Amino acid sequence: MHSRQNRALRAAGGLVADEPLWLRCLLIGASFAIVGGLILVPLIYVFVQALGPGLHTYLDNLWRDPDTRHSIWMTLTVAPIAVLLNTVLGIAAAWTVTRFRFPGRTLIVTLLDVPFAVSPIVVGLMFVLLFGMQGYFGPALREWGIKIIFAWPGLVLVTTFVTLPFVARELIPLMEALGADEELAAVSLGANPWQLFWRVTLPNIKWGLAYGIIQCNARAIGEFGAVYVVSGRIDGETYTMPLRVDKLFQEYNMPASYAVASLLTLMALATLGIKLLLERYIAAQIELDDQKQLESQS
Amino acid sequence: MSISIRHVTKRFGAIAAVDDVTLEIPSGCLIALLGPSGSGKTTLLRIIAGLENADQGTILLQDEDVTRRSAREREVGFVFQHYALFRHMNVFENIAFGMRVRRVAKKYVRDRVQELLTLVRLDGLGTRFPSELSGGQRQRVALARALAVRPRMLLLDEPFGALDAKVRQELRVWLRKLHSEMHVTTVFVTHDQEEAFEVADQVVVMRSGRVEQVGTPQEVFDQPATPFVMDFLGNVNVFHGRVESGRAHVGPFNIAYEEYPHAEPRAATAYVRPHELEIDRAPSALSTLPGRVVQVNPSGAVVKVRVASDEFGIELSVDLIRERAQQLALKVGETVYVRPRSVRVFMPEIDYAI
Repeated sequence: MHSRQNRALRAAGGLVADEPLWLRCLLIGASFAIVGGLILVPLIYVFVQALGPGLHTYLDNLWRDPDTRHSIWMTLTVAPIAVLLNTVLGIAAAWTVTRFRFPGRTLIVTLLDVPFAVSPIVVGLMFVLLFGMQGYFGPALREWGIKIIFAWPGLVLVTTFVTLPFVARELIPLMEALGADEELAAVSLGANPWQLFWRVTLPNIKWGLAYGIIQCNARAIGEFGAVYVVSGRIDGETYTMPLRVDKLFQEYNMPASYAVASLLTLMALATLGIKLLLERYIAAQIELDDQKQLESQS
Repeated sequence: MSISIRHVTKRFGAIAAVDDVTLEIPSGCLIALLGPSGSGKTTLLRIIAGLENADQGTILLQDEDVTRRSAREREVGFVFQHYALFRHMNVFENIAFGMRVRRVAKKYVRDRVQELLTLVRLDGLGTRFPSELSGGQRQRVALARALAVRPRMLLLDEPFGALDAKVRQELRVWLRKLHSEMHVTTVFVTHDQEEAFEVADQVVVMRSGRVEQVGTPQEVFDQPATPFVMDFLGNVNVFHGRVESGRAHVGPFNIAYEEYPHAEPRAATAYVRPHELEIDRAPSALSTLPGRVVQVNPSGAVVKVRVASDEFGIELSVDLIRERAQQLALKVGETVYVRPRSVRVFMPEIDYAI
């Protein structure tokens, strides 16, 4: 899908070349200025600030402080759980929406976008309202000994909510395009639902799914607003890395704040790198497929 | 494996895709469901396979009620219109799929797939992927995959629809041959009457979710039960008129029609196929309709002639066999006399709008 866009862009390159040289220089220069000034410089600045006091202090800032250590731990547990939940939910939602026709189907597709449309702060407040001590389910849950708000289940819940659309949004158009024929063929050949999913559906959607998971993961790691509201900001308990960055920043502990921020940035860059590799791989696969198609037709 | 379809109805919203269809398919038969698009033939096929649930009615396979059984349990080989091969599996794994999910022993799977590859003449292509195959090859893989699990019957949805004319022709002959070797009950859907006639033992003509006629290709072609069947199976000349007192006055013809002996006239329509019309140079007692030759068009074994009758404001299609055409040596603009060898008259008891 992405490679097709790229190919379209390459084709469009021919048109752009007709523009006068000064205009091209201006546009290219402006692009570099924007990317450099707004993205690259701040990115580098984070690392400069973090590493400024020396590598030793940098590592100390990350590992010595138990609260910081705990925040890293929190992010590394909350994000994967949320991603896992969203993978399962996303596949289920995409399957339901593309394989069955039922009243309210379009409504579901539309509602799937709500987490993108609503401000994360509002999402946080919604969940506090539902599960907080003064909320609808809070008191009942407390009787059962379950604490959601101001505890890690709350963090998982809001992170899952905020990143819900990524996997489903990626899979719905893909599964729509694939159609149900291969699945029906598998059923008529005797496959049970489990075999159907693992042997036919999953291999067909795996790259789209991986792409959705990566995007979901990037967002889950960086989530701030909704988590900020439901965490209650209890030191050493409900701080995730973004919250920790903010807290250290508020305490004027700049080197420590930048150290955590740089680690967060590294995670984001790693995600971006995987995404890039994946896109290249998919593009190569599509190209290979097209070639085979051409060969078999000739 | 015989198939009994009893009063099956399937609705999509307000439209009945299949409307109270009852049909018996004898064991070992090769049958075609023939009809225009939207006639419900594919839906009926999918209901037999269990890929679609009927709203009403029952499906019996060899006297066993399978209406509530899933597609998985019906042991049906289904070939999809666009083959639906598993695109991430090679040809070998595609064919092996049905046995793999049933946990058949590996050695047996290998032998069976090899056997099927030979049967569908794809030896040595086991490691290819579907995207590396031509349309005809894909079709044969789909067939091999459906046959691999030794299905109790074989269902094919527009099996040759997406192929070019030459490959289609080859596969038709091949399917016919395959069926005569294996004797598995086979149902295929097509909108191409030529295909249905060439391949099938029995033809079921469908229209708007209902069965119009069932019979051998010969029966259906020679004795069409309704004007729709008549019109759908090739060209016809249509004449409007009336019937009364045992005679039909349709267009230029006045013929005996004993089916309606009553004195009260009723509207009727007559249908004559192009090959059932004869052209003479001179008028006779039978050749009553004068006309002007508009077009002479050799087409394969026949010569297609169009004759205009200014008197009745109609234009007729006549198919002459080559010898007769040479004998007549017709030229455009000549006056000739047209005579019907046989005419079918239908009274619109039901509204047979075409």
